[in-house]
Amino acid sequence: MKIRKDGWVVAAGLLALSAASLAAPPTAAMLSNACAGCHGTHGVSAGPSMPSLAGQSKISIVESMKGFKSGERPSTIMGRLAKGYSDAEIDAMGEFFSKQKPETPVQTLDRAKIAKGQAVHEKSCARCHVEDGKEPKDNSPIVASQWLKYLQIQMDDYASGKRKMFDNKAEKMKPLSRDDLDAAAHFYSSVK
Amino acid sequence: MTLDRRNFLKMLGAGAGASALQGCAGTAPMVSAGGGEIMPKSGRRVVVVGGGYGGTIAAKYIRMLDASIEVVLIERNRQFISCPFSNLVVGGIRNMSDLTIGYDKLASNHGIKMLYGDVTAIDAGAKTVAMAAGTLKYDRLVLSPGIDFRFEELAGYDPVTTPEIMPHAWKAGPQTELLRKQLLDMKDGGTVVITLPLAPYRCPPGPYERANMIALYLKQHKPKSKIIILDANPDITSKAGLFRKGWAKHYAGMISYKGANKVTAVDAKNRSVLIEGVEEVKADVLNVIPPQRAGDIAVKAGLVGADKKWCPVNATTFESTLAKDIHVIGDACVAGAMPKSGYSANSEAKICATNVVALMNGRETIEISGINTCYSFITDKEAVSVAGVYKVANGAIVGVPNSGGVSPDLSELEAIYAESWLRNILTEMST
Repeated sequence: MKIRKDGWVVAAGLLALSAASLAAPPTAAMLSNACAGCHGTHGVSAGPSMPSLAGQSKISIVESMKGFKSGERPSTIMGRLAKGYSDAEIDAMGEFFSKQKPETPVQTLDRAKIAKGQAVHEKSCARCHVEDGKEPKDNSPIVASQWLKYLQIQMDDYASGKRKMFDNKAEKMKPLSRDDLDAAAHFYSSVK
Repeated sequence: MTLDRRNFLKMLGAGAGASALQGCAGTAPMVSAGGGEIMPKSGRRVVVVGGGYGGTIAAKYIRMLDASIEVVLIERNRQFISCPFSNLVVGGIRNMSDLTIGYDKLASNHGIKMLYGDVTAIDAGAKTVAMAAGTLKYDRLVLSPGIDFRFEELAGYDPVTTPEIMPHAWKAGPQTELLRKQLLDMKDGGTVVITLPLAPYRCPPGPYERANMIALYLKQHKPKSKIIILDANPDITSKAGLFRKGWAKHYAGMISYKGANKVTAVDAKNRSVLIEGVEEVKADVLNVIPPQRAGDIAVKAGLVGADKKWCPVNATTFESTLAKDIHVIGDACVAGAMPKSGYSANSEAKICATNVVALMNGRETIEISGINTCYSFITDKEAVSVAGVYKVANGAIVGVPNSGGVSPDLSELEAIYAESWLRNILTEMST
């Protein structure tokens, strides 16, 4: 259909259409801004149990969302929310948050646990959580400068078996004690 | 044949402009002379009225999206006190300071101009708002006025004196503290009555969470006391199964729920309410939550619909369907399936900001994608939630099928996340 310059009859008819029918589909920003009430403006969380998403690797955000959506990854509210998005929308949100500028959270950490956690990291985690957790590798997320409480909840979910692990991760993680896991969480939170 | 969306939109814009002039011709100017123009307008300007869950976010996101647009945020109070979590203050497990934010950082971080005071009138034709000090011009106006009450539907209710005796505590602040004080002053073995109006009202699960928080306090300090919920609705309006479960688990024998019990009259002297004009219920503490409507200024400006309660809006831009260039967000508007909640207001504000900026720059508007997340505390340690994802279908806001819903059970983890919900959303509003 083409609107002619003199096509006032056509145009008048179209004026009756609601603006909604003319709007573009939701952009990555439109989709992602809705998350910021909990995850902070542009994904910089004010903590402590809500993870920051700013600067996270796209693949880990996308995999997390798909895991929430399928129920493979345990959650309270995220499963219910993730079901509201198509794979393409999840991809767009992953892209959006991965491009935002991360900020180091201000939080209280235990110095002794950081030291212990560093040893745990080097022995058991460093192969995938490279550069002290500052860089993503494959689908391993960036864990450095994350909120401690969030990491602790994840560690609890792994330790209790609620959150499943792939074989390589399980092989490294299962021998670790709860204290080791907590120490590792302190260590990663401390890395700037 | 193809319709070029961009060109079509330009054409629409031109047509809409012409019709707006006609549309406004019938509107009598409402703005009083006051003290002249408060802040002369040079460039493009959006005025935002109401610095709550909606208004702060609309102001912030407009500035983040287009710093060339001047944003003036008008707010009555110097500080904002959150309604979410105010039930925990009533129950004695949070302080008012936990729920209180200021506007200084928000204003300086984003170059938002704050004006403190009441908006007394809006002239949609002249595109001005009036305050005691004078008038203010706008290109677009975003109203996030929250709620006011339909006191007139409760016989015997005096808008000034009755809330001092029977606090509604449905706007957080002195009313919250008054309800708390009345509970502290009540004798053990007393009766607390909570009454709530027919939906829609602000915060659907709020009255039931309030019963939990009052019960938490009474169970510990005044265990012989009772709570009666008189609900005008036929049944619990939100998270019903979870609230029932919580009452059975933690407050058996203390909370009694009565659906389809609509309060129609109050007697402040006698400390009683009347159900359907017949049955009188007396209590030691009466928390009467009156029926509600959009905030006064929206009613005054003629933005409420045929129901005379809420403001109908376009489902993409949140522009009023009754007045051009005025957008209404938050509890005051009719947002389809999105509930009247703080998180909805936050989400609607971002949608509105995105499309206000698009319209002011002649760009195509963007379809909405919205979220609601809402937590209710059962005890100090356990909470439940409801969540939803929203989109537009056939010009109306609907929930995305097969998504959202309520928690499977009461949960300590949800209480932990609820804490962070408050921290994040108040941070987003105040920085």
